[in-house]
Order: sequence, then structure tokens, then C-alpha cells
Amino acid sequence: MTLDEAREGQRCRILALPGRGIRAQAIRFGISEGELITCTSVIPGGPIIVAKNRQEIAIGRGLAQKITVEPVPAPHPVKSPARRRAYGLPRS
Amino acid sequence: MACHDLNRELNIPAGVRKIVLAGNPNVGKSVFFNAFTGLYVDVSNFPGTTLEISHARVGNDFILDTPGVYGVSSFNEEEKVARDVILAADIVINVVDAVHLDRDLFLTQQIIDMGIPMVVALNMIDEAARQGIKIDVQKMEELLGVPVIPTVAIKKQGFEEIKQAVARARKGHSLPELEEMLPLLEKKTRNRAEALLILEGDPFVAARHRVKPMDRQEEIYLARRRRVDAIVAAVVQETNTGASWSTRLSRWMMLPLTGIPLLALTLWILYEFIGVFVAQTVVGITEEGIMQGYYEPFIRNLIGSWLPPSSIPGALLIGEFGILTMTVTYILGLLLPLVLGFYLSLSALEDSGYLPRIAVLVDRVLMRLGLNGRGIIPIILGFGCVTAATITTRLLASQRERRIATFLLAMAIPCSAQLAVITSMLGRLGPGYTFLYVILVASILVLAGTALNWLLPGKPSDLLIDVPPLRLPQPVNVLKKTATRTRNFIQEATPLFAGGALLIGILQVTGLLDTLQNWLSPLTVNWLQLPKETATAFIMGFVRRDFGAAGLYSLPLTPAQSLVALVTITIFVPCIASALVIFKERGWREGIIIWPTILFLAFLIGGIISRILI
Repeated sequence: MTLDEAREGQRCRILALPGRGIRAQAIRFGISEGELITCTSVIPGGPIIVAKNRQEIAIGRGLAQKITVEPVPAPHPVKSPARRRAYGLPRS
Repeated sequence: MACHDLNRELNIPAGVRKIVLAGNPNVGKSVFFNAFTGLYVDVSNFPGTTLEISHARVGNDFILDTPGVYGVSSFNEEEKVARDVILAADIVINVVDAVHLDRDLFLTQQIIDMGIPMVVALNMIDEAARQGIKIDVQKMEELLGVPVIPTVAIKKQGFEEIKQAVARARKGHSLPELEEMLPLLEKKTRNRAEALLILEGDPFVAARHRVKPMDRQEEIYLARRRRVDAIVAAVVQETNTGASWSTRLSRWMMLPLTGIPLLALTLWILYEFIGVFVAQTVVGITEEGIMQGYYEPFIRNLIGSWLPPSSIPGALLIGEFGILTMTVTYILGLLLPLVLGFYLSLSALEDSGYLPRIAVLVDRVLMRLGLNGRGIIPIILGFGCVTAATITTRLLASQRERRIATFLLAMAIPCSAQLAVITSMLGRLGPGYTFLYVILVASILVLAGTALNWLLPGKPSDLLIDVPPLRLPQPVNVLKKTATRTRNFIQEATPLFAGGALLIGILQVTGLLDTLQNWLSPLTVNWLQLPKETATAFIMGFVRRDFGAAGLYSLPLTPAQSLVALVTITIFVPCIASALVIFKERGWREGIIIWPTILFLAFLIGGIISRILI
């Protein structure tokens, strides 16, 4: 699937990032191919916010459509209430 | 080669030690710079406001600040500036945010790989502690191979230690992977830092050495990322996930359902503060009370006693458009309090971290105008000063976006000085007309952007930005920044304003003003349905747009006429300073198209509104 289809709170592994410039900038922010990230917010019709640790990055929808990811199920879904609060996710 | 250019440009004497402050955006670099030098520079969440390099000589050291960047390369204008300053450094003080080590250490490791001696200032260590982040400083020092000093810049903690640590600055542990790649190039360039950047494919540094940029960027970046992640894993211990309130607020700011009301609330507070409190209450005291009540009669009496006001020099100095009367009253009584209010609000907004969240919120809408969310930065800065904002369009990703942003800035964004006069005039007209004005100008902005997006070939680039943590702005920082910006504004505006007043004064005493007013009357009276005196405001508007708006201030206009005049003067040609910047940034050919197009559109739109309203 692509990143724009991710749901809030979902954990994903990045499979492919498009283009060299984008890849280089993403690596600086800590996001490279193979990295696990959490989708913390999806702005309707707008950007997707992803987090790795405390680093949050906003990715435009057009770009998110070109990023291939795979959803990663347990053992790391954002279930702990503390983590959910930290990402500002709804309680359940 | 870079070092030579920089030495000459900044007038750095030979033999001094160049200490460069480097770090990611908004990590408190500028606070360090101020503490070391005693001078003030602009601090901001958004890259773009410190494109000018601040520097100062302290003893035998020369201290330089750099724009905040995430890495050293040539992705944008700021990185190019930061790259050249860092390449010239003898010692780097790298300021990192203790809360965001995984992001910040990438730059740290890159500078270590460049082989430049450095010291790391581990800033905001108190905030990290509050968020339950524990950092093993000794271990970090060991792994990086350079001195690491915990600091709290806003409380001035750790500054002395940093100053002492500069003597212990050393080259850190660079990536082992580089040791096989670098030596050959290093021999050729005789400079490890530049050799590394060539390996990473920097076309500019490669061109300096007349070699081809290499293709190892991704490989090196990935290795560096792995190393940084390993260091972070080894030194950072999280005891809990901490602060939840600000993350929730952050989310609310970005989601439309909550973000739009929050933005509206922010704008309403700004309007109440600037448009109502400053523009009416404060200006009422400064302009009518102090300037027109005490200052003007005083100066008229003083000058009038030896220069009759009816004489030509008398009219130029203390007449209707007098340099000592109107200019001084407008600048000190009207513009100063308003500009102060604008910069105060803008600086607080910048330091809070709200702006990138607005960028996320409006991304979807701005894409239709051919910009991405980042385009909101020059637009918001444009409400401060269109000239400065036009320069920051450099940080937009493509030529197409820069072109669109420049045009929109020149056309539909009133700068703080102009907006100041406009808000105080709208204040007299009431909320209904204010609302109408905002709707009109906003629709013009949207229409122009949509038209440009449709006309120009290509597509807007996608958003990819860091969402920094929300922070409570530091009053001292905000005040200092406001003071610097206001002082710059007054220094820049006064001579232009005085020159404009002199020009109008001369036109008036020679009778040319009447001729011009009559000559322009088909446009002003017939087409815009305004009194012919408005021509004066438009002539003044060529000098400075706010000056044009100020010219409308004292004219007897009906509310509908005021609205037409205000919308026209808002769209009207950019002031001399920003016109020059447009020519410089976009080139003569584009500048020559932009300028008359806007002039034509201003009168066309003004006339259409006039037909509907009057």
C-alpha cells in the first residue's frame, strides 16, 4: 500500500521512497527505506504526519501517494495509553 | 576558495580564529550568538529570516552565525550559505536540541565527518528532563569524540562551560566507511570537508575544484543515519513518553475541523490587538494626542517664526505635506506603534512553532494556488514586510513556486505599514466593511493564484517539512526581535517617506500636483468614482505603498469610496524597495512583466468594485 492510505495510529515500514532528493532529505529526518514509522495524523485531503520517536514530519499527499509502505502489526501497535497521548491520538 | 571569498566579503582579518555556530532550525543558536557577542540577531522557527550571516569579533576570535539547516549540502539557499560558512570554520559550536537528538545529530555527525574541530552544546536539557528523557553526556562525548556541554540557552546555563570547552574542541570520530572513500579525493582537493561534500555529490563544491560531483550521497547518508541512530540508542533513555497536552494541541492545530477555528481565533486576537487596540486606542493617543496636539503646533511655531508657512521652503517643511509635520507625524505617531504591534505578534507566532502547523493545515488549499503549505511562510512574512518576504521565496522548492509567490506578494499582500494604515481606516468604517475588505482581497489572492497555477506549466512540489515542537515564546527574545525589526523598518522607511513627502510637496507648490490630479481624473473620478485628490495617494504609493494608504487617510471619502480606494491601493504596485528586490530575484524580464500587470489589475479590479458598490 502507499502512505496516503495509512490510518492514524498505524505503524508502517517504509518500503520505497521516490527520487534521490526526497530520499536524502528524508534520511536526514530519520526516515529511510526499511524504517518503522507511526502515522500520527492524516489531514483530510492534505498532508500525512508521520513520527519516528519524537521527530514529526509532514508529508504532502501527492508525495505520500508515491511512498510505498507495509503495515506492521503487533508487537508494536500504538496501544499504550501513554504513547497514544504522546502522539495526540484518540483514546481508543 | 570559499574561505577566501568569505574572508573578503565579511572583512575577516587574517590570523583570527573563526568560530561558527551551526545547528538545526530553532534550536537556540541565536541566543548563544548573542551571549557570546552581546549583539542581537533575528531568531526564528522558520528558516529564511537569518539568511544574512551575523558575525562579530570578540578578542582574537571571529564568531559567525549560520541559518538553521538539517545538513550541509545544496538543497536550498540557506544550506548553501551555511555550507560556505561551515567550510570556512576553524571551530564549530554545534547547538543540538536534547529533545530531538535523532534529527540534530545527523548534522553533528556530518560536521565531524568533514573533519572540523568542534564542541557540541546539548541545549534544552531541562526540557528533555521534563519530558522524561535522560541523556548520558559522558557516553555521548565518548561516542562522538568531541566535548559535549549540557546547556539551557534561555537561562544562560552552560555558557561559561562552552567558552572554556572551545579550547578543547577537537575532531570527532568520523564514519569508518569514509576512510576508504575519502583519501584519494582528499589528496586532490587538499581539504577533507570539501572532499566529503564532493563525494556526497554537491555540484557547487565539485565545480570549485573542477571535478565531477560523485554519486555516493545515499550510501554515506544511510551509513550516517545508522550511526546516529546507534548513538541515540546508546545515550538516550526515555523514562516516559511525557508531555501530552502540547502534542494534542499540535494535532488540533493541523486538523481542519479544529485547526480552522484555532486559526480564526488567532487571527481574531491579532485583529483585536492590532486593528482595535493599537490602531485605535494607541494611535489615538500618539497621533492625535501627542503629534497633532503638541508636536505639530510646536514645530509650526518654531519654524514659522523665521520662515513664513506660505513661502516655498516653509510649505515644504511645515505645510500640508511638510517633512517636519506630516512625515514625522505619520512615522512616529501612526506607523511606529502599528509596526511595533505587528512585529510583536509576528515574532511571538514565529517562536511558538505555530507557523509550520499552519503550513500543514493550509497545504491542501495552497496546492490549488500552485504553492505547497510552505508557501504560507512568505505570505505570512509578507504581512510584515513584502520586501523581506520576497527574498524568503528562495526557500520554495521550484522556480514556478517562487514566481507565483512573488507575484502574489507583490499584488495581494499588504505589508505591515500599509496594513497599519488600512486597519485604522477600516476601524473607522466598522466590522462590516472590514469583513468585506478581507473577503475581497482574499478572493483576489485566490483568483490570482488559481489563474497562475493554471497558466504556468508544471505542478506544485510536495510538502516535506519538519514539524517542530510547540514552545512558549520567550518574552525577551520576542521583544528583542521586535525591537530589531522595528528599528530596521524605521531606518529604511524614514528617508523614503521624507523623499516622497518632498516630491509631493514640490509638486504641490509648483502647481504640478493639480495638473497631475486633473490629468489622472478620468481614471480616478470617472473610472474609480473617487475624488481627484486620490491621485496624490497613488503617486505617493509608487514610493511606498503604506505612504499611498496614508495619503488616503485624511481624504473625505464615503465608506464605499474608502473601500474602493483601499482595495485599489492594496493591489497597487509594490513599493520601490520591494520592486527592486523583485527585479533582483526574478530578473529584469519577469520584473518588467509583473510591475505593469499589477498596476493594470489594480485599476481594473478597483473600477469593477466601484461599479458594483458606488
